[in-house]
Amino acid sequence: MTLSDPTPDGRFGDFGGRFVPETLVPACQELEEAFNEAWADPAFRAELDGLLVNYAGRPSPVTECPTLSNELGLRLLLKREDLNHTGSHKINNVLGQALLARRMGRNRLLAETGAGQHGVATATAAALLGMECRVYMGELDVRRQELNVFRMRLLGAEVLTAMSGSRTLKDAINEAMRDWVATVESSYYCLGSVMGPHPYPFMVRTFQEVIGTEARRQCQEILGGVPDVVCASVGGGSNAIGIFSGFADTDAELVGVEPAGGAAVGRGVPGVVHGSASYLMQDEFGQVLEAESISAGLDYPGVGPEHSHLSATGRARYESVTDEEVIEAFQMLSRTEGIIPALEPAHALAWVSREREALAGRTVLLNLSGRGDKDVGQMMEILS
Amino acid sequence: MTGLGPVETALRARLDGGGRCLVPYITGGLGEDWTATIQEVAAAGADVIEVGIPFSDPVMDGPTIQEANDRALGAGATPPGILGSLRGLDVGLPLVVMTYYNIAYRMGLERFAAALADSGVSGCILPDLPLEETGPWAEAADACGVETILLAAPTTPDERLPLICERSRGFVYGVGLLGVTGVRTELASSACTIAERLKAVTERPVLVGVGVGTPEQAVEVSGYGDGVVVGSAVVQRMLDGAGPDGVAALVAGFREALDVEH
Repeated sequence: MTLSDPTPDGRFGDFGGRFVPETLVPACQELEEAFNEAWADPAFRAELDGLLVNYAGRPSPVTECPTLSNELGLRLLLKREDLNHTGSHKINNVLGQALLARRMGRNRLLAETGAGQHGVATATAAALLGMECRVYMGELDVRRQELNVFRMRLLGAEVLTAMSGSRTLKDAINEAMRDWVATVESSYYCLGSVMGPHPYPFMVRTFQEVIGTEARRQCQEILGGVPDVVCASVGGGSNAIGIFSGFADTDAELVGVEPAGGAAVGRGVPGVVHGSASYLMQDEFGQVLEAESISAGLDYPGVGPEHSHLSATGRARYESVTDEEVIEAFQMLSRTEGIIPALEPAHALAWVSREREALAGRTVLLNLSGRGDKDVGQMMEILS
Repeated sequence: MTGLGPVETALRARLDGGGRCLVPYITGGLGEDWTATIQEVAAAGADVIEVGIPFSDPVMDGPTIQEANDRALGAGATPPGILGSLRGLDVGLPLVVMTYYNIAYRMGLERFAAALADSGVSGCILPDLPLEETGPWAEAADACGVETILLAAPTTPDERLPLICERSRGFVYGVGLLGVTGVRTELASSACTIAERLKAVTERPVLVGVGVGTPEQAVEVSGYGDGVVVGSAVVQRMLDGAGPDGVAALVAGFREALDVEH
């Protein structure tokens, strides 16, 4: 693919690595080996591809947005990850990791979740493959995403509430890692984004590259080339890295959009938490700050290490938008195109809308990473 | 390695006298009397004292030390503040700091190592900095004469144990069980196993911590290794408001049990 691979010690430039307790080091080494071996095995790839097509519904289409494009004065294309089974791009990664877990002889999936999309995807894969599943979710997110909590339980997963710290994604990851330290011999930690210790950032990216690979081909068919701008929302950054991967070797501008209250690249400084070195929102003493965003999926003070690298090298740039701009964009896409987006990709759209003058006449491919069903309850309250 | 550092020297002195080592853990900045607690605990039979610098996201710690971290941070504890308090302290035994890597990384590795040395701290434990990542830190620590103590876990394969022991200074910290810090009703069999496995490959003192919460458990595991690190049991006393005397009484109980049995 067009993004470069990490060094053997898991570095993307100055970022990445494997900063975990000794208890987990052998598990990370074993995972790295198992993943490399599986990815090189045509039978593994064929089984995964089969599930992506026949179970998840890939390929996802690229949709033109005539009305909204006209309104904004540019040409907007959406990569429709919202149409995947379970409603977001998360399923791409989870199917890969669940098959890998089974191959490694693990029958228990552990996951963290913010908005619940990764949790639902993991619970889904566990149900499909007959595995046990435990999902950690921050107490604040359990309240604002109760629909997804119900879905996970319906799928047979156990949902545990993280009560510590900010009671959001960061704390759900802490609890999942503590569980993993205790159950590493029987559990497989199914991390949901391009973060954590090596090989997770690389492995999750590899599973999400399907987004960029498809989109590149689809843009060739629709545009006869590549778009001027490729944009996506960034929390940990898996949907963004997935679509960026298809265009990193082109002239397309790559833009990641963070929430103003969780802008790790925009406002962070290098730090180490949850297994890797990356930009991190932290105080002068190294205490991690609590992110604050309308979107539970982006409510995270860190970011995947490869995004820090892409920012440092200038290959991608990272912008931020406010909750108010996101609420506006959420309604705009619903009204003009009949597509209710999740709050996460609504961040990317909010940036496009705000920058419409600078983007005038240009072609913009936006990764619509998930659908908004899960957010309508929260939006009903906000808009009433 | 030229000469032993203060941590290993203190532990060896105990072992040479036929005893077993006791390293209590105290959360820095927890309560107004935490430095007085260190002094009392030193007098109660500790060989080395481990001082925790609180971190916002302690993934190796269970509920007790998490709560201690939260309370200390809520009361305004900072790394420079804690190190400043330690600087003025003369307890007659070596202190080691336990914290997470980001605290050192944020301050800058050389600066952090120098700050430890300047505060009279002899050693450092960073539980989220495994062998492969420890290079830059260990170099900075070595340059300042700070002993970097590495951990070995029940999951560590045999071939990896000697590498960890070789790079570790002061002692080797055997993680007693699969899990985070906290008191358990029974000693895990993995605690004795890790002590045995480490003793078979190193001359360095081998101390076991995580899941060692009672004098009986300390005695049992010390039959296989050279002693124990006792964290959550001590910190729980602090959280309960036992005060310096109450915490010291607990530590004295560990000392007494270890002295009787060994």
